[in-house]
Amino acid sequence: MTTIGVLALQGAVREHARAIEKCGAKALEVKSADDLQKIDGLILPGGESTTMRRLIDTYDMMKPLKRFISVDKPVFGTCAGLILLARKIEGSDDNHIGMMDIVVQRNSYGRQVNSFETSLEIKDVADDFPGVFIRAPHIVSVEEDVEILCEHDGRIVMARQGCMLGCAFHPELTDDSRVMAYFAKMVRASILARIKR
Amino acid sequence: MTKKVGTVLVKRGMAEMQKGGVIMDVVNAEQARIAEKAGAVAVMALERVPSDIRKAGGVARMADPTIVEEVMKAVSIPVMAKARIGHIVEARILEAMGVDYIDESEVLTPADEEYHILKSSFTVPFVCGCRDLGEAARRIGEGAAMLRTKGEPGTGNIVEAVRHMRKVNAQVRRVVAMNEDELMTEAKLLGAPYEILLQIKKNGRLPVVNFAAGGVATPADAALMMELGADGVFVGSGIFKSENPAAFAKAIVEATTNYKDYKLLAEISKNIGTPMTGLEMSSLTSADRMQDRGW
Repeated sequence: MTTIGVLALQGAVREHARAIEKCGAKALEVKSADDLQKIDGLILPGGESTTMRRLIDTYDMMKPLKRFISVDKPVFGTCAGLILLARKIEGSDDNHIGMMDIVVQRNSYGRQVNSFETSLEIKDVADDFPGVFIRAPHIVSVEEDVEILCEHDGRIVMARQGCMLGCAFHPELTDDSRVMAYFAKMVRASILARIKR
Repeated sequence: MTKKVGTVLVKRGMAEMQKGGVIMDVVNAEQARIAEKAGAVAVMALERVPSDIRKAGGVARMADPTIVEEVMKAVSIPVMAKARIGHIVEARILEAMGVDYIDESEVLTPADEEYHILKSSFTVPFVCGCRDLGEAARRIGEGAAMLRTKGEPGTGNIVEAVRHMRKVNAQVRRVVAMNEDELMTEAKLLGAPYEILLQIKKNGRLPVVNFAAGGVATPADAALMMELGADGVFVGSGIFKSENPAAFAKAIVEATTNYKDYKLLAEISKNIGTPMTGLEMSSLTSADRMQDRGW
């Protein structure tokens, strides 16, 4: 059975686990580098990116996470998770995992009172996906081999680069599992590719 | 495409993102930076921490907006602030300033001894304290998007927070196990809105996150509250009234993440200095008990 992990240092872990199971995969909370050995794909959930980064360092998970992605195992970052993946964070010289060739801006819609819901058109996923944006970042620019999957109000809010998927909103907070189904498909395809190799 | 702000999902979702995290009371920019660096998921900007409010006596009000603004400028994590129970205008002022979450809090002197704020009429989300499911459900009914135990603020004594967390969770389990035809009477007995109990029964849990607050003084206290089912932890006086705030803040964050790793908890608890001085509940008069404020 396909097992998808959720980085469980802080944030919306339970919601992702529920969405994973709805897509017929097994969900596992990832709290250590050892847990990464047990999963086929990984979700970096929403939460506070600065907090998660600190905890990633505390538990020596940065290298194992980078290794996980470098062997083409799929990873999906939502909101704070997207920030963790980005090569560059605007206004900061520091990045976190930094493997996805995108530039992101944190809190780019303003403070919590500006957080919003809207309907999104996502390539290969849905033309009416409920987008929940909470103190959300957005993708300012992408490199050539990054595919833009969704834009809203002229801002990029979802993109994919090979095994890396990232979005600025929170699919896990809704009952709509189409985005998670898309990621689960990426995970299954990567398992097949590995078997063939 | 239309954008909808201040929806139930956006407000409750914001609190979901704080899960497994620690929210720290701070009174200035310097403390806010220490909290952020230690890994806090949010800070609560206020004029005095609860233990100092206790000592000072008199009427405790919303913080001076200058302090809240100073904290908002200092950190990129969300900033919360406290309004007095029922003080609609303090809450509107904080909302207008762009505070990310308002705590309608018993730590401050209530402005209304009968009614709470109608929180559903605001764009900004609210957190409220509760001692039992009736109180929790009434606050959710008014529009609170996040709950916390009341505990007994500023005492450094965890006993009341434990009591409140256990009570709410036991009552939630009871509601979930009930037949639907028993719910209306349960609603009457608890003083809880029927619709909220129905939601709890259907989903098997509270519809919003419930953090621990009011008496957390050590990493072990934070871990205990997580063990008892808290979604995260508020620390008021516990950090900046301890001997070494930076070390204490970091230790409490790590203890909250790894509350089941007891060996690690032992390591975390070493050499972090003396915690805040605690107060025994029996030493408090009924006027000292902040948890009895709220209706």
